[in-house]
Amino acid sequence: MGTAMANSSATATGGTPPLRRDPGRRVLAGVCAGLGERLGIDPLIVRVAFVAAALAGGLGIVLYALAWVAIPRGEGEAAPRRIPGDRGSVEVALGVALLALSLLLTFRELGIWFSDAVVWPLVLVAAGGALLWRQSTKPAEEPAEVRPEPEPPKPTRAGTVSRTGLGVALVIAAGLAFLQATGSLVAARDVVLAVLVVVIVLGVIFAPWILRLVRSLSAERAERIRSQERAEMAAHLHDSVLQTLALVQRRAEDPKRVAALARRQERELRGWLSGRTQRDSAERRLASALEDAAEAVEQAHGVQVEVVAVGDRDLDAKADALVAAAREAMVNAAKFGQGSPVAVYAEASDGGARVFVKDRGPGFDPAAIPTDRRGIRESIVGRMERNGGSANITSAPGSGTEVELVLE
Amino acid sequence: MTRPRVVVVDDHEIFRAGVRSELEDLVEIVGDAATVEEAVSRIGETRPDVVLLDVHMPDGGGVEVIRRIAPEHPETRFLALSVSDAAEDVIAVIRAGARGYVTKTISGPDLADAVRRVQDGDAVFSPRLAGFVLDAFAGAPPAPGDPELDQLTPREREVLQHLARGYMYKEIARRLEISTKTVEAHASAVLRKLQLSSRHEISRWAAERRLLEP
Repeated sequence: MGTAMANSSATATGGTPPLRRDPGRRVLAGVCAGLGERLGIDPLIVRVAFVAAALAGGLGIVLYALAWVAIPRGEGEAAPRRIPGDRGSVEVALGVALLALSLLLTFRELGIWFSDAVVWPLVLVAAGGALLWRQSTKPAEEPAEVRPEPEPPKPTRAGTVSRTGLGVALVIAAGLAFLQATGSLVAARDVVLAVLVVVIVLGVIFAPWILRLVRSLSAERAERIRSQERAEMAAHLHDSVLQTLALVQRRAEDPKRVAALARRQERELRGWLSGRTQRDSAERRLASALEDAAEAVEQAHGVQVEVVAVGDRDLDAKADALVAAAREAMVNAAKFGQGSPVAVYAEASDGGARVFVKDRGPGFDPAAIPTDRRGIRESIVGRMERNGGSANITSAPGSGTEVELVLE
Repeated sequence: MTRPRVVVVDDHEIFRAGVRSELEDLVEIVGDAATVEEAVSRIGETRPDVVLLDVHMPDGGGVEVIRRIAPEHPETRFLALSVSDAAEDVIAVIRAGARGYVTKTISGPDLADAVRRVQDGDAVFSPRLAGFVLDAFAGAPPAPGDPELDQLTPREREVLQHLARGYMYKEIARRLEISTKTVEAHASAVLRKLQLSSRHEISRWAAERRLLEP
């Protein structure tokens, strides 16, 4: 196997595809899949060969690890690893531990040996170290060789913490095992005790000071946020309310205009207070679109339009048509309602929506629609029907008019 | 018909004067107050039928006034008056015991009408309040809780929808072919549910409000 790999590495030019690990068909890192591809044989054969080599004195594991590091990762989306219990870091830790073990066993076979006592500590250190290193190098960008598998979709914080904990535990266990084996655990215990005492003493001495520092820092931060908010509010009031007040003073002789200005400012301020600041942002919803339409009608006709909305929905094409029709109805009510306030009530969900526009004007007989209303009626009823909805106009002389718009 | 005796509680001088001049011929204004303390003593002295109550005032606002007056003078009725659009403010003052809520842009005659209705023990729902209530009672009722209090009947819902659409009690009665008294009864039932329900939407609003109080 080893020779085959070396050969293919050397001759990976010309017509044959270059040797790459194949993340698309991988089991672990795609080494066997890549080799199979390069050699034109089923990756399963390569895998069997590797497993056999691994069982024969651990050679396969060493070779696999070497190939993993040496062969660059190929193109293509990484397939989800097919090993049950997908836990990237832990696998790597196990792999490194086994690698360490196999190296040690090799040394032992060759006679380069000190004591059996170092075996387990070293294996543990290797595993724990691998875990910790992997953890700390994770956010860094690719070198594909040392970070064979792609990031798991979203490493949870809890997972990170538990893996870090596991790594630390492994390394500590290794240290303890080594100390135990060499008989110096008792001495180490005294040192640890001394260090612990010093830490506690220092903690007691400096804790109040540190606490105060932390508190004053957070207080300072809160104060800074507050003053920023104050500044923002002042800026907003200056741009809006103070400007309007100045306009009102200059137009004091025109009550209608003053009322319109005051009303507009009121709406704007309410919107701001309720957090509806970005009115023109992409995420417009039905309720705010109706508010905007009401505001425009109010400004154009000098009649108060009050919108009450229950629920909300996205502003798709149908809802857009609904708003347009409602706006026509508001204009209608403002024009013919003889100055009475217009009430707009909307009920919306993702399923459907209903909008009612009502005035307290003189009303009319729907059977005898004045010709000048025909066009408006077309743009309400016709528009709703074109969008799969309906419109219903209720009116009687003396009791106002209500337009009901329904979107299923 | 005797004119209702009214105390106006609002920390804005201009607004009190405005209400006074608008309502003068329609109700009897027996006093006004600018703070919670002043309101409590003025209401104690004059024993009005109805208190027109601003939701937002220093020292706890309308909620605090109701909390201090209601145990001693249960016969006093409160009508909340506010420029606020915030549901939690409105719901909080209703849950404290107000019989209704109207916005400050209401016309003089409409306000006098609302005062009279509150005096008679009826509930006063502005379209906006009706909308808030429909919102609060939307969706399924919470699993534990009183289903009778946590849910509106279809009829109550219908009445509220008409109120939100801007209809008067009389008009609603005509449209639903029931008596005006029945409409009033539905409105009062909704008010009671609003005050006693444990629906978390309402409790949450109330709780947030209480957090803001000193």
